[in-house]
Amino acid sequence: MSTTATIVNPARSVAGRFGAYGGRYVPETLMAALEELEAAYNAAREDAAFQAELDDLLRNYCGRPTPLYFAKRLTEQCGGAKIYLKREDLLHTGAHKINNALGQGLLARRMGKHRIIAETGAGQHGVATATVCALLGMECVIYMGEEDMRRQELNVYRMRLLGAEVRGVAAGSATLKDAINEAMRDWVTNVRTTYYILGSALGAHPYPTMVRDFHRVISREAKAQMLEREGKLPTAIVACVGGGSNAIGAFYEFLGDKNVQLIGVEAGGRGPKLGEHAARFQKVDGGVPGVLQGTYSYVLQDENGQVATTHSVSAGLDYASVGPEHAMLHDTGRATYTSCTDDAALKATVTLSRTEGILPALESAHAVAEAIRLAPTMAKTDVLMVNLSGRGDKDMGILSRELKIQGV
Amino acid sequence: MAIEFKKKPGIVAYLTAGDPDLAATREIALAAIDNGADVIELGVPFSDPLADGPVIQRASERAVARGTRLVDVLALAKELRAARPSAGLVLFSYLNPVVRMGMRTFTERAAEAGADGVLLTDMIVEEAGEYLEAMHANKLAPVFLAAPTSPDARLKAIAEVSQGFVYAISRVGITGTQQKVASDAPELVARLRKFTKLPIAVGFGISTPEHVRAVGEFADAAVIGSALVALIEKTGADGAAAAVGKFIREVRG
Repeated sequence: MSTTATIVNPARSVAGRFGAYGGRYVPETLMAALEELEAAYNAAREDAAFQAELDDLLRNYCGRPTPLYFAKRLTEQCGGAKIYLKREDLLHTGAHKINNALGQGLLARRMGKHRIIAETGAGQHGVATATVCALLGMECVIYMGEEDMRRQELNVYRMRLLGAEVRGVAAGSATLKDAINEAMRDWVTNVRTTYYILGSALGAHPYPTMVRDFHRVISREAKAQMLEREGKLPTAIVACVGGGSNAIGAFYEFLGDKNVQLIGVEAGGRGPKLGEHAARFQKVDGGVPGVLQGTYSYVLQDENGQVATTHSVSAGLDYASVGPEHAMLHDTGRATYTSCTDDAALKATVTLSRTEGILPALESAHAVAEAIRLAPTMAKTDVLMVNLSGRGDKDMGILSRELKIQGV
Repeated sequence: MAIEFKKKPGIVAYLTAGDPDLAATREIALAAIDNGADVIELGVPFSDPLADGPVIQRASERAVARGTRLVDVLALAKELRAARPSAGLVLFSYLNPVVRMGMRTFTERAAEAGADGVLLTDMIVEEAGEYLEAMHANKLAPVFLAAPTSPDARLKAIAEVSQGFVYAISRVGITGTQQKVASDAPELVARLRKFTKLPIAVGFGISTPEHVRAVGEFADAAVIGSALVALIEKTGADGAAAAVGKFIREVRG
């Protein structure tokens, strides 16, 4: 990969670096707010009362711990490693996103901010944020690309029902990246009164660290559950990677366990050509280190540094950059990143639905597809854990259109 | 160093390079200089201009769609330098196109083109180590932004690393015109003044002769951006240079 693009001098840099990646590349107007946020987050992290309230709500409002489910029929069908599903899809609002939205919502309240903004791709982060705002009695504005609003109309309705204002974004490809631009414009304008609940492990420091910390609970639980059930750690963990929040949550507590393989699955979209996918770590026509939306990470872009358009059947993976911690894990080889096409994800959706009666979100289906591919190549004594990041109810519209084409 | 504001307040004219096309940007820039602009801020169009309002977003989108590249903007800068040796010339960009070219290569080419300075809108002082080294090595002036939300300690750091001038953002928000210059500006300039003798230019929302006069009361120069870009959008390539020239003459007073 290109090394000429390195722009950082880590010795001088602010905190929030993952190797060369991360940092803070934002308009000056936001700097004071990011510093305030960093200080508030550091204080909250050390505050037992804050953590106790978060734990209580995660348990009694969101439904943690989520089960670790042995997918017996899927395992039998694949004929190899035992496949377990970490059931984040069973959380309140139907995806892992609530872990982070709740954490940041409590932080916003602690900071005395009552106007909340957020961006959303698939709508799951928007729904989670709208839910938390309702719970805490806060004003909520959600930015969403118009293309994503069309793809995920059910979630748009859910957000509005919860009392949030959903603002459509027509610029660019009208997807997640454009929604983040618009949320950042709002934040730049209203920074004195507004808290921005960023929805993935990306953006300027401290967001990648903070969002990861709020999702660590996934791997903390999974580790204990796996030891209890199997008496050993999993051979491999598979998770889908858009911005990368569910994946970093599922990986984090296993980073030190070098014999546990960590596999991130990106959106392979319609194919490997730039513009047809969102596979930032793909070798040819993939991403190059650069700066997008506040952080230094792999970015899908043309040779002149213009950010490329992306495509994925799943709105939540349809993003041109990736969280900086994943960029580091990729470069160091601690995690490997593969991709899965739209078609394979749709097929995996059907397979999981019919073998286990579990309808995965299209995002999660990318991880399921990789597990289905991988399990037969592994021994029966191996254990494969899939982080099932969300449920597929939101995707009914798109599934009914896409699967009709496929003759299902 | 050609960044100089001879008459107060000075005028910094921002143009999105390649909107409507590069040849037109050249003519518009020349007209702006010939009618009294002290500094041309030549904007590198970018796909994701997150600090900009709708006017500059649209201009950026048009220029990117036409295939305007950073190398083209550097070539345009070189032409402008040759045509008007004494005008101030600052390249304005989001980071990613610059990072893609490579910071060293970019600064070398900017210097070779004859640019006086560079402003990177998403580069903050804490991250600027290698950028500043490359700028110094090529005798280019790094222009940094100061915001009304920046506490004094940040203003001090910004003042210390800036050269040429410091760009004071008149209000919290994105670029775009408004009725009045926000009341944030005088206070910010006064705070900034404690830390620097450099000229201070005020931008964001400056679109009329009255705005420019008001800025002249408390700062050294006014940056006019969205108002020019909107004018160019309205007139199209043919009338843009004349319209911008007239506009600059009017605000110059």
